Amino acid sequence: MKAEVKKTIEKYGNDKFRLMDILIDIQKENGYIPGEAITQIAEDFEMSEVDVEQTVSFYHFFSQKPTGKYAIFLNNSVVANMMGRAEVAATFMKELGIKFGEVTPDGSAGLFNTSCIGMNDQEPAAIINNRIFTRLTPFRVKEIVRDIREGKDVDEMNVQDWGDGENSSDLIRSVVSNNIRKIGPVLDRDFTAGQAIEKIIKLKPEEVIEEVKKSNMRGRGGAGFPTGLKWEFCRNAPGEKKYIFCNADEGEPGTFKDRVILTERPRLLFEGMVIAGYAVGASEGIVYVRYEYKYLEQHLEKILQQAREANYLGKNILGKKGFNFDIRIQFGAGAYVCGEESALIESAEGKRGEPRDRPPFPVEKGYHDMPTVVNNVETLCSVVKVILKGGEWYKSFGTNESTGTKLLSISGDCKFPGVYEVVWGFSVNDILDMVGAGKEDVQAVQVGGPSGALISPDEFNRTLGYEDLATGGSLIIIGKNRDILSGIVLNFMDFFIDESCGSCSTCRIVPTLMRNKLNKILNARGTQQDIDDLTEWGKILKASRCGLGQTAGNPILSSLKNFPALYEEKIQKNKSFDSGFDLNAAIKESAKATGRIPNF
Amino acid sequence: MSQFVRFTIDGTECMASKGQFIVEAAKENGIYIPTLCNYPGIKPKGGCRICTVRVNGKLMTACTTPVAEGMNIENDVKDIRELRKSIVELLLVEGNHFCPACEKSGNCELQALAYRFQIMVPRFPFQFPIRKVDASNPKIIKDQNRCIQCKRCIRAIKDEKGRSIFAYRKRSSSVEVVVDKKLGKQLTDELAQKAMDVCPVGSILVKEKGFIIPIGERKYDKKPIGSDIENMSVSKI
Amino acid sequence: MSKPIIATTSLAGCFGCHMSVLDIDDRILELFELVEFNKSPINDIKKFTKKCDIGLIEGGCCNSENVHVLKDFREHCKILVSVGECAIMGGLPAMRNGIPIRECLEEAYLNGLTVVGNEERIIPNDPELPMLLDRVFPCHEVVKIDYFLPGCPPRADLIWDALVALISGDEMKLPYEVVKFD
Repeated sequence: MKAEVKKTIEKYGNDKFRLMDILIDIQKENGYIPGEAITQIAEDFEMSEVDVEQTVSFYHFFSQKPTGKYAIFLNNSVVANMMGRAEVAATFMKELGIKFGEVTPDGSAGLFNTSCIGMNDQEPAAIINNRIFTRLTPFRVKEIVRDIREGKDVDEMNVQDWGDGENSSDLIRSVVSNNIRKIGPVLDRDFTAGQAIEKIIKLKPEEVIEEVKKSNMRGRGGAGFPTGLKWEFCRNAPGEKKYIFCNADEGEPGTFKDRVILTERPRLLFEGMVIAGYAVGASEGIVYVRYEYKYLEQHLEKILQQAREANYLGKNILGKKGFNFDIRIQFGAGAYVCGEESALIESAEGKRGEPRDRPPFPVEKGYHDMPTVVNNVETLCSVVKVILKGGEWYKSFGTNESTGTKLLSISGDCKFPGVYEVVWGFSVNDILDMVGAGKEDVQAVQVGGPSGALISPDEFNRTLGYEDLATGGSLIIIGKNRDILSGIVLNFMDFFIDESCGSCSTCRIVPTLMRNKLNKILNARGTQQDIDDLTEWGKILKASRCGLGQTAGNPILSSLKNFPALYEEKIQKNKSFDSGFDLNAAIKESAKATGRIPNF
Repeated sequence: MSQFVRFTIDGTECMASKGQFIVEAAKENGIYIPTLCNYPGIKPKGGCRICTVRVNGKLMTACTTPVAEGMNIENDVKDIRELRKSIVELLLVEGNHFCPACEKSGNCELQALAYRFQIMVPRFPFQFPIRKVDASNPKIIKDQNRCIQCKRCIRAIKDEKGRSIFAYRKRSSSVEVVVDKKLGKQLTDELAQKAMDVCPVGSILVKEKGFIIPIGERKYDKKPIGSDIENMSVSKI
Repeated sequence: MSKPIIATTSLAGCFGCHMSVLDIDDRILELFELVEFNKSPINDIKKFTKKCDIGLIEGGCCNSENVHVLKDFREHCKILVSVGECAIMGGLPAMRNGIPIRECLEEAYLNGLTVVGNEERIIPNDPELPMLLDRVFPCHEVVKIDYFLPGCPPRADLIWDALVALISGDEMKLPYEVVKFD
């Protein structure tokens, strides 16, 4: 163990900021992170063991206990449930003879829940030893368990056809489908690698920034900060080194567009990073990819290698003296909050993914305290097209406030789930038509994932854009027969409760209290007071440090605002107060301990 | 030479050195902004959110935000007072805070804030979490029932090599502050005492050292937390 | 006008809060002038004989009997006041809340240092006995409580001020020194 750990540490240049990579390797090698490994890492880096452990224990895919030779992570997102996850989960439990969170006694398999893995268009889905299994059925689960018993390699277990496009290439070989349903100017294949780099090296960095500013493009992650301005801030910030980060940690349940870009358009993305690097004067780019997409690693590495060979990356790029830029891939290890830019930086530095206090902003003090740009995958791809065709051209798409196009990840109750590139200003009604969802069958649409808004048919004429419905791109269509409160809102609340980094008191505590209160209402013990409390308590979250905390109450607040009847029909009209106390439930344990039968 | 900036807190004109955090700047102007996770001399980490103020219309933590020229800061206003009160109540229900049995009672900052905000009962249901007391360290007791995850000990207590003795473990509502087994054993008396002093509540106690100050003479028995700042005569800059 | 009627009880408490009521010293004479006492350990009236104006509750709910008494108080009193930490947040009895009931019972009746006798190792289970709740509940998590007087016990001055305020309808003054949790 000691030698193995030492070797891993050396592989990453004895750099303690690469702790994530070191831990990912150890986890992969052993199926968990043994105590001896933590001791060894602490010793080598002159850290305390608790310091190493605080990173280990933060991430969902790190475990300090064995997770089995086959670690099965079954997605438990809302859409997975809609698509029949319950039967799949039950079959896994029955066939393996274990519950979720357990490992079989022989150590062969472990079964775990995991939040949205970016496969909402092909649920139910699971990750087994970093390979993706989609469209699971009870029958398929039986096959998988049989293969596990036979000790088959995960790659041999994929007996179905490979997915389309690059999914079937040698370096991916996955059953994942792209489901690209609508191609627009960004996804358009009218691009060959190196094209935009040739163009920018003839320009001054300031001119590149000017062009991006001219496009009025705003960040595609959700917050919508103007991209050109971000670059300019970073360029003008003092710092001996600057960094470009690509945020490929799309963790908002329901979004999967980055998966498709990483699979089919990685050259476009990397080129966008090179442009950003040139514009701000950075020499290093880091793509922070969510662990769920680890199956794309070799594919991405190969594309990077090709880019280096073509001198799109490396030293004096395409002959431009002094223009040096390279990209490395940094995997996360399962934490939604790392999608927040400063948490992402913390994580890339090998720490817990806790958002930083701002100011200072990453453009002033980011990775290694140096000026850092963090851009979304889609933003960086769009930038390439802006450079090739001009800011004016880009502005011709969309609306005044929201220029260009948006990639949507659409899933749920519709005929054609998948990725759609639409111009901003598209209405929800248009979307429903496009994806094959009959308006009479749709009860609600969740726009922007759990942190966004749950909108009702009255609002389906609203349009997507920063001026109306801002979204990072996740749309979940909820059919008439779904139970919104128990099926969707509760699941979303559990998601936020799990994913809080725990450092702000507000986000650490309030969502749990709100969830419990919702349960009280669902258990028919609620009163009007409970509804009022939910509204009031939700306000406290606004004081949280990051976007996750600030929006962690949204599943309840938004459904309460747009579907008040769902709550009102469940509360007791004749009571103004109900503590929710249940005597029979409260004596259950003691009745059992004393062998008594309650007599009241 | 330090530069001065002018700003207002609840309409009162204030002055402070540029770059100072709002909490400190307010203090110099005789204005108390309640804090809990903040501690003089250690790097702030807006965790408890109690010092939240509204800066030019936006909620910010006063312990991490530097003052800037022309800032319009709202501090003692209704909604922010209510927010702070809620946060104290949240912390009271999140852990197991049995004040009558706590060695830190009377000197506890969480309790003192509850007194200041006249909290008679938290509005939230008590969670009664199941938490452990770690008495394995030879010098200190780490009582998780009372821990409010403020990270003061994590940030303040390091060994001679700069290594952390305390650290977070896990995340979300399972997060806890733990003591390093190995380094904890070498804790000096001074560092143990410092850890207890840095802890705003009774979660870190030096063994055999409880209840030293008699009731009536403890820090917050007679005067509310923050009253020293409010009663300070402000030296005019 | 008839005098306001007060009832008091001690649930899972130590009677310390009742002692604190007595601690108002000679004002107790004034109190008897101002109010009439109904069900209370102070006068040993065991059952409500009429509707009351104010019910003072000491202690939280640790067993089914506490719950019944508390509900009885809620039915008979216009205003209920949680007096002291145990009523407000469970207090010291609630320190058992993290311990499984079986362990509590075994400690109390079988394994504890103070257990003598009990050769047959019996955990009492007579149907007449109240049943322990799985955890100790603050009173307001069982019934609606109107006011709260913190302290362990609440200072006599706080209790006096609260009673006077409730009787007179005046606003209560809360000097810093009297509102304490210990």
